[in-house]
Amino acid sequence: MNEALEELGEYVLGALPEMVSGAEVAQGELTIAVNWDAIVTVLTFLRDDTNCQFRQLIDICGVDYPGRERRFEVVYHLLSLRQNQRIRVKLSTDETTPVPSATGVFSAAGWWEREAWDLYGILFSGHPDLRRILTDYGFEGHPLRKDFPLTGYVEVRYDDEQKRVVYEPVKLTQEFRSFDFLSPWEGMPRVLPGDEKAEG
Amino acid sequence: MAETRLQNFTMNFGPQHPAAHGVLRLVLEMDGEVIRRADPHIGLLHRGTEKLIEYKTYLQAIPYFDRLDYVAPMNQEHAFALAVERLLGIEAPLRGQYIRVLFSEISRLLNHILSITTMALDIGAMTPLLWGFEEREKMMEFYERVSGARMHAAYFRPGGVHQDLPDGLADDIMAFADAFPAYIDDTEGLLTENRIFKQRTVDIGAMTAEEAFDWGFTGPNLRACDVAWDLRKAQPYDVYDRLDFDIPVGKNGDCYARYLVRIEEMRQCVPIMKQCLNDMPGGPVMVDDHKIAPPRRAEMKRSMEALIHHFKLYTEGYHVPAGECYTAVEAPKGEFGVYLVSDGTNRPYRCKIRAPSFAFLQGLDHLSKGHMLADIVAIIGSLDIVFGEVDR
Repeated sequence: MNEALEELGEYVLGALPEMVSGAEVAQGELTIAVNWDAIVTVLTFLRDDTNCQFRQLIDICGVDYPGRERRFEVVYHLLSLRQNQRIRVKLSTDETTPVPSATGVFSAAGWWEREAWDLYGILFSGHPDLRRILTDYGFEGHPLRKDFPLTGYVEVRYDDEQKRVVYEPVKLTQEFRSFDFLSPWEGMPRVLPGDEKAEG
Repeated sequence: MAETRLQNFTMNFGPQHPAAHGVLRLVLEMDGEVIRRADPHIGLLHRGTEKLIEYKTYLQAIPYFDRLDYVAPMNQEHAFALAVERLLGIEAPLRGQYIRVLFSEISRLLNHILSITTMALDIGAMTPLLWGFEEREKMMEFYERVSGARMHAAYFRPGGVHQDLPDGLADDIMAFADAFPAYIDDTEGLLTENRIFKQRTVDIGAMTAEEAFDWGFTGPNLRACDVAWDLRKAQPYDVYDRLDFDIPVGKNGDCYARYLVRIEEMRQCVPIMKQCLNDMPGGPVMVDDHKIAPPRRAEMKRSMEALIHHFKLYTEGYHVPAGECYTAVEAPKGEFGVYLVSDGTNRPYRCKIRAPSFAFLQGLDHLSKGHMLADIVAIIGSLDIVFGEVDR
């Protein structure tokens, strides 16, 4: 399985050398990294090439790495029924660089790109209808960014006097608790000090 | 003659509508009775599951998966358990795998019964729903006996299942599996050749295989377009490669074909369940590594080490090696996938949930264009959408 994936990765790398910057197989899955401006060409190639035939777009999602210079990764998952294989296509972008929309290649990309825009604020150029999708009407901010607090900023309640739902800043009756389990204490080593003497 | 200008008007369908199968707000652009554009507004049930999971340990993330597609909870857990297992590099013991497959198929029956009968209810047949929910209740009893909860089971864990089957459950499931085909026959007697049902579903919301690929359709909705693709066969996980079953496909890709595919899938579930029960070996149901699986309670009464393991597992949890993976299972609705990114700590860095219904609902605009208003109810019903997983 892994050999076939490695072959496929090399094939894509050879066919589109300027656009694909790397291909690796990990956990039995093939990941290729592409330049952000070449995504439409790469997706079209993967869909139409006879050795690939990744006809189905399974998913598009964003991932946020605030420490990086280009903080967002956009991850595309494709599935080829003919080859019975999956491929993951990755590119990185930042808050201001729009990624070319894949809606022209796969119709299914529309909502997933809307979702990535809604939750991460990743821009897509050429998208026919880039509205928010999952969050509330009039929501501000992009909730899945790492710097967005889990509790959010506003909460809603029904106001009996105004006879409507009102938005208020979040008031927590108990402070949000986030435990740090990553303490420097790593637990006991597998071999206790002194044990080596018993064998020697 | 004076020029008359006809104007399309928009209509709100939902968010409180019994045929919307949840909180779907559909803004329809109508030309008389004909739909020109359907714009689903979703997110009314958005709970931020993916964000919450980033703040929980791997074990604490499991109950969120029950609440995605609450019609067939265990299949979702299955995808997450497989993803964590792949990153940890472990494999569930054989008995655990058989139990997982057995309960995945029970969940599939749960889902298909609800899907078919509520679709029938929406287009005018009430009896199938009443009969179907009786069967669902029996299967939820199996859920309860095995996990303690009727719906939100949290039963599949990374490394196996939480507990072994209680005494007598296997016999009861076998008896249920023997009796179940009679129920399918009864339902088919009510619907399959029913004139009203066929008038409402045949050639309604039809799509070709090409369109289904383009819109990211999976599962029964893709198979109804004559595409024999099932992850249980094509990319088998757990013990599906040891089991013998068929993949039903439809011909026309319309609402009726989707209904027929689901009926036949229910028939195929029964032999899978029986094979699981017959072939299931003895032995453990969870990996024997107390860094991942909790020790048994009896052990904790005697062993200090077991007590410490228990404490560490239920506070800190386990650390998963850095890496990323995408695992998909054939959930009853279609391909349910989990894209898991780990940074080596005890919490997922990113957990993207790929829900099949999300893609189906996106295709609704394409499917309903040019149909009548009443047909959109049949189309929504046949697509089998649950808002828990659309909105996440």
